[in-house]
Amino acid sequence: MDLRTTYLGLELPHPLMPGASPLPDLLDRARRLEDAGAAAIVLRSLFEEQIVQDDLSAGLHVEGPMESYAEALSYFPSPESFALGPFEYLEHLRRLRAAISVPLIASLNGTTLGGWLEYAQFLQDAGADALELNVYRLPVSDQEDGMEVERETVEMVRAVKHTVRVPVAVKLSPFYTSLPAFAARLSGAGADGFVLFNRFLQPDIDVEELRAVPQMELSHPEELRLRLRWLAILSGSYPGRLAASGGIHDSRGVIKALMAGAAAVQVVSALLIRGIDYLTVLRQELESWLTEHEYTSLRQMQGSMNLAGCPNPGAYERAHYMRILQSRHGE
Amino acid sequence: MKSPQHAVLDGNEAAASVAYRASEVLAIYPITPSSTMGELADAWAAEGRPNLWGALPEVVEMQSEGGAAGAVHGALQAGALATTFTASQGLLLMIPNMYKIAGELTAFCMHVAARTLATHALSIFGDHSDVMACRQTGFAMLASGSVQEAHDLAAVAHAATLRSRVPFLHFFDGFRTSHELAKIVLLPDALLREMLDGSGILAHRERGLTPDRPQLRGTAQNPDTFFQAREAANSYYTALPATVQEAMDQLGAATGRAYRLFDYVGHPEAERVVVLMGSGAEATHEVVEHLVAAGEKVGVLKVRLYRPFSVEHFLAALPATTRSLAVLDRTKEPGAVGEPLYQDVVAALHEGGREGIAVTGGRYGLSSKEFDPPMVAAVFDALQAGAPARRHFTVGIVDDVTHLSLPVDAAWNPAEPGRVRAVFYGLGSDGTVSANKNSIKILGADPDVTVQGYFVYDSKKSGSVTTSHLRFGKDPIRSSYLVREAEFVACHQFPLLFTIDVLERAADGGVFLLNAPYPAGEVWDRLPREVQERITARHLRLFAIDAGKVARDSGLGHRINTIMQTCFFALSGVLPRERAVAAIKAAVEKTYGARGTEIVKKNFAAIDATLAGLHPIEVPPGPTSQAHVRPPVSEDAPDFVQRVTSAMLAGRGDLLPVSAFPVDGTWPVGTSRYEKRNIAQEIPVWDQDLCIQCNKCALLCPHATIRAKIYPQAENAGAPPGFRSTAFKSRDHVDVAYTLQVAPEDCTGCGVCVEVCPAKDKANPRRKALRMEPQEPRLPAAREHWSFFLSLPDADRASVRLDVKGSQLLPPLFEFSGACSGCGETPYVKLLTQLFGDRLLIANATGCSSIYGGNLPTTPYTTNREGRGPAWSNSLFEDNAEFGLGMRLALDSHVRQARALVAQLAPDLGEEAQALLDADQSSEGAIAAQRERVTRLRQRLPALDSPEAARLAQLADYLVEKSVWIVGGDGWAYDIGFGGLDHVLHSGRNVNILVLDTEVYSNTGGQQSKATPTGAVAKFATRGKALPKKDLARIAMGMGHVYVAQVAIGARDAQTVRAFLEAESYPGPSLILAYSPCIAHGYDLVHGPEQQRLAVESGVWPLLRFDPRRNATGEPPLQLDMQAPKTSPAVFMGNEARFRMLEKSDPARWQALLEEAKREAAARWAVLEQLARVSLPVPTP
Repeated sequence: MDLRTTYLGLELPHPLMPGASPLPDLLDRARRLEDAGAAAIVLRSLFEEQIVQDDLSAGLHVEGPMESYAEALSYFPSPESFALGPFEYLEHLRRLRAAISVPLIASLNGTTLGGWLEYAQFLQDAGADALELNVYRLPVSDQEDGMEVERETVEMVRAVKHTVRVPVAVKLSPFYTSLPAFAARLSGAGADGFVLFNRFLQPDIDVEELRAVPQMELSHPEELRLRLRWLAILSGSYPGRLAASGGIHDSRGVIKALMAGAAAVQVVSALLIRGIDYLTVLRQELESWLTEHEYTSLRQMQGSMNLAGCPNPGAYERAHYMRILQSRHGE
Repeated sequence: MKSPQHAVLDGNEAAASVAYRASEVLAIYPITPSSTMGELADAWAAEGRPNLWGALPEVVEMQSEGGAAGAVHGALQAGALATTFTASQGLLLMIPNMYKIAGELTAFCMHVAARTLATHALSIFGDHSDVMACRQTGFAMLASGSVQEAHDLAAVAHAATLRSRVPFLHFFDGFRTSHELAKIVLLPDALLREMLDGSGILAHRERGLTPDRPQLRGTAQNPDTFFQAREAANSYYTALPATVQEAMDQLGAATGRAYRLFDYVGHPEAERVVVLMGSGAEATHEVVEHLVAAGEKVGVLKVRLYRPFSVEHFLAALPATTRSLAVLDRTKEPGAVGEPLYQDVVAALHEGGREGIAVTGGRYGLSSKEFDPPMVAAVFDALQAGAPARRHFTVGIVDDVTHLSLPVDAAWNPAEPGRVRAVFYGLGSDGTVSANKNSIKILGADPDVTVQGYFVYDSKKSGSVTTSHLRFGKDPIRSSYLVREAEFVACHQFPLLFTIDVLERAADGGVFLLNAPYPAGEVWDRLPREVQERITARHLRLFAIDAGKVARDSGLGHRINTIMQTCFFALSGVLPRERAVAAIKAAVEKTYGARGTEIVKKNFAAIDATLAGLHPIEVPPGPTSQAHVRPPVSEDAPDFVQRVTSAMLAGRGDLLPVSAFPVDGTWPVGTSRYEKRNIAQEIPVWDQDLCIQCNKCALLCPHATIRAKIYPQAENAGAPPGFRSTAFKSRDHVDVAYTLQVAPEDCTGCGVCVEVCPAKDKANPRRKALRMEPQEPRLPAAREHWSFFLSLPDADRASVRLDVKGSQLLPPLFEFSGACSGCGETPYVKLLTQLFGDRLLIANATGCSSIYGGNLPTTPYTTNREGRGPAWSNSLFEDNAEFGLGMRLALDSHVRQARALVAQLAPDLGEEAQALLDADQSSEGAIAAQRERVTRLRQRLPALDSPEAARLAQLADYLVEKSVWIVGGDGWAYDIGFGGLDHVLHSGRNVNILVLDTEVYSNTGGQQSKATPTGAVAKFATRGKALPKKDLARIAMGMGHVYVAQVAIGARDAQTVRAFLEAESYPGPSLILAYSPCIAHGYDLVHGPEQQRLAVESGVWPLLRFDPRRNATGEPPLQLDMQAPKTSPAVFMGNEARFRMLEKSDPARWQALLEEAKREAAARWAVLEQLARVSLPVPTP
């Protein structure tokens, strides 16, 4: 079965890849991902804060107590010999590049137009075949105007595209007033594709201690629906430029995402739960399903159920929402 | 020929650079001031740097210096080239092996940063008392007086030992040379190889033990042979001086730096000569040149090879014209005819028939006491008259008791032509020293410039003041003393103007650079009047910058180092401005480049903004300010504190005469309360309405600066305005008030109290019962409140429940120590004094707890209103368990005798006698009752008028039980003192051992101990420790009869208090392992309690109590005070730089060690869970 796909201009043997996660942090695991047949590998995100803030503070806690007391002029082996900055990410990327032959997609996560964006070029130079720019922006102030938030993101994309030649995908959140319009502006600024969607950190509340508890849970299959809807809406305009990310736990999910128009399908939670080899299983099941259902190639299925191709497109739109609500009411 | 390579480095690095290259095995152990040599060797090995022959040396950290000496001895016997580094007490521990190594004629060279031996007090500073204790071991002793010499003579020593078979102790002065930064010419590998290669190494290898050519060494010999065999090595010593000179000549031929066994400098027909060794010879050299130029016939004889002492070479070096000679020893040998070098010189002159020379012997420079030109001049002056006035003298102090000291004209100040001298005052935390070290390296890069940097630190670990002394010039700098007159003075912290005389060393017409948090127009009026007067009197040019603002604006936080460094270059003119700015930027790039471009950019922005913010300040003709410098101690301080402590705090301790001091090192307690340090920018403010009176803040306060009290409501009548008080929430107490009060001038502002405060406003949980607010505006009122708070009565010990809350209502008898802000150890020590302080004896191992517990000027252990409090002593590092056991034995002996006497006197004492003997002392009430009985007994004893009654009067107080606590860190308990600890636990005696476990040697700067956990980066574990922490709790539990607890006060405070009480009540040995966050863990210690919680919840630090008493009832002795671990160790580890450094530098190794740490935590828990189910059969009667 021909499972080939094109994502961000990369010719891939099939659409399945591990999404941004700690999975390829170790060379050994990255090799296992490759062995399991990953079409590409997305590295974990390098955060703006890691580049800007965190390393200042890490340095401070090592350097702060230095040269204060005659018996202990320092408390650690020479800090100069430790790369406390984000360089180990680049170094790791270089090592992966040398050892892994599938495309490597590096990920940058931040929100502001700042010096950290220059890392895009460093990532490219270290061997990234593409970049994922994760714009996780959480407005908390009433001074943060929606237009301004979007404008800054567009400028970030423009700035990054200005410095790199590799393709850049923007990983978005679903919460924009008009995602199609915003996507169009990002595309205008040079975005080569979109990853739908990033998953928000949703803090819990400890009611005894009266404090917020930051938590990051693995995705649930239900989360796929939101992705399917927006993939279906956007894929007509961005063929070969969309990746599904979040909520894909089985081959059914993969098939749905592809039908909705994904060019690539990113999996993380399922691999963390079932192990890296599950990637192979997903590909085999995808292949079997296509064969059983007499598809000639994967491309035949891609986008078949999007807003343009779906026999009942209203299901993705507002009219259907009204009908569902009313039908439930009538039960 | 290649041009020589220069480097700016300190004496430790200079010596280590040669030693490392010349060695195959290095066995080391940290001790100030030599630790750096071992650390460098370890770091070089970790980065794969080969030795001269392309091999990677084996560097191993041992459990003590004794262990290091044993290991090098073994390595040498097996034919390796070995070395070690040490100082002071460490050197003493090596002496037994030194005799062996020398007796076996073993080629070996060790390097010593010579340091004071602990006598009436410990001192980390430099003198020759340690090396002088080795002069009988058979080691050759070679002395270096400067950084260059430490490098050169290290090579000479390594070469000479291989050629002669006599082992070498190469030494240089601790701190003065070991820590002085200077520019030196490096010895290239080729020259070192040339000096070391040849038959020496081959012969050394051939002497190595191997089963291929078996030999036997270390026999036991008897009266028939030992003596002759001991004399058999004589010829090696006879030949040695020539061998050393030959190595010196070889070095001299290659480098142009000529050395002699005894180097004479001065007038060829000198009449007055000073003989000495070490760095003091350099200051003397400088003065001699000055005096000779002035026409005086003086000279200095520098002793380099001290052992074997070559009479022949000594006499040859001494000018024939010498009429009087002063021999200066940097050591003291009480009761001897004279100090060692003096005796050697007298004997040599006698043997050489030069008895006509008048010889005097003087002591100087003990514990790094300054030895400067006026003192040298005083020595020459004393030799002036034909027959010297004193045969034995001291110089550098005022001895008003035995009148041995020479008068010194401190104003005598020979010029230092062509030099720029600069002095900088800063805080440890502001990066002043780092910036100055950097400036020295920048200037030292110029081939024509010579540089020198020396740095003085105060005795506190939080808010410590640093003074940097820098010299730049064209000629060699021999000034082995502090800058006496500076053309440039900088004060990097405005508040220091009020506590230290920062202009004391300012030269007339010099520049004064001030970091002032005020607009330029306000700066002059903000200065204290005394400073204004100095500026005017000395015609100083004043410049000011608000460096804090520049730092904040540039995103650098409070690090002002590069900003002040830029100002220095701009004002001092030592380099053209553009070149200086480019050089500073290059240095920033080098230092921070590995940290990311952002921090580099921020520093660049700060450097660029600096010059715009630097302003000349117009100096009016006279002073205008009404503000004055602050007295060092508060007005209510007692006489001793006013006279002695105050002078020490003000930096005038050097001026105190001998008569000011106790003769035996005994020091008054409770003096830290008079030093008002005012180092907190913010202090906690209490909201009595939100407060739930849990007292957790007071419990975890590292400095005893936030305290709780309960007192009768009526006492509030005299409260000053604004004093806060609320009703005590307790059913048992009626009409009782509660106050939580901060000591505003003693608080360090760490914020731990606010962090642990659980009392939140329900409507706005961000608001807690404590919040940090700026100190300055609150100070006047808060000072009054604190004073009133202290005047309130303390709670009655008998009426308070000894739990978390109740313990904090008792006065801490350990307060305002010099520990780090946020220290994780001190809350335990403070708790100890609250629970048992009025009957507590503490044996304290050397380490952080002995330093913040007993490092002068001030003493934090104090007394309660009755005058009782902890009696504290520090013996050594290695013997603390035994030291504490000795205290127990003494107490037991006193008690036994007292009880026997009571029994003997029972007919006279009546029923009270039996009550005294049968007294239950298991509660505070019962103890109070026994105290009353003892008081009544004392009242009755005089009337009995018998020898027994008189003896009982001496011992009666011991009828009230005392509590012996043996306190120390993990370096002591897990490593150097483990043998003693093991023995004391096995003794079964009633002692309590508190291990303040920071999992690293904290006091000496973060070297790994056997308590360091898997995955942590530490010195000597640069790549992260691969083996698990030693499980001391399980070792002790295995003994069966030891009470054992593992506690973390920030995680489960109630368990900690309970463990302390149980340990104390247990009638045998107890061991408490107390988890202690430390700055060596690399995070903001305000999060210390949270990290403790994570350590516990992740199973990294399980909380447990093992009480052998439970066996009697058939209960399992081990109780786990926590649920099964519920988080991953990764969460705990991810918050601390000690782990993250590995994560960032070597992710693969980190991942492997993290997995190992997880496995260990799980395994530890699995074992403990099973042990906690094990109960022993109850013995049937």
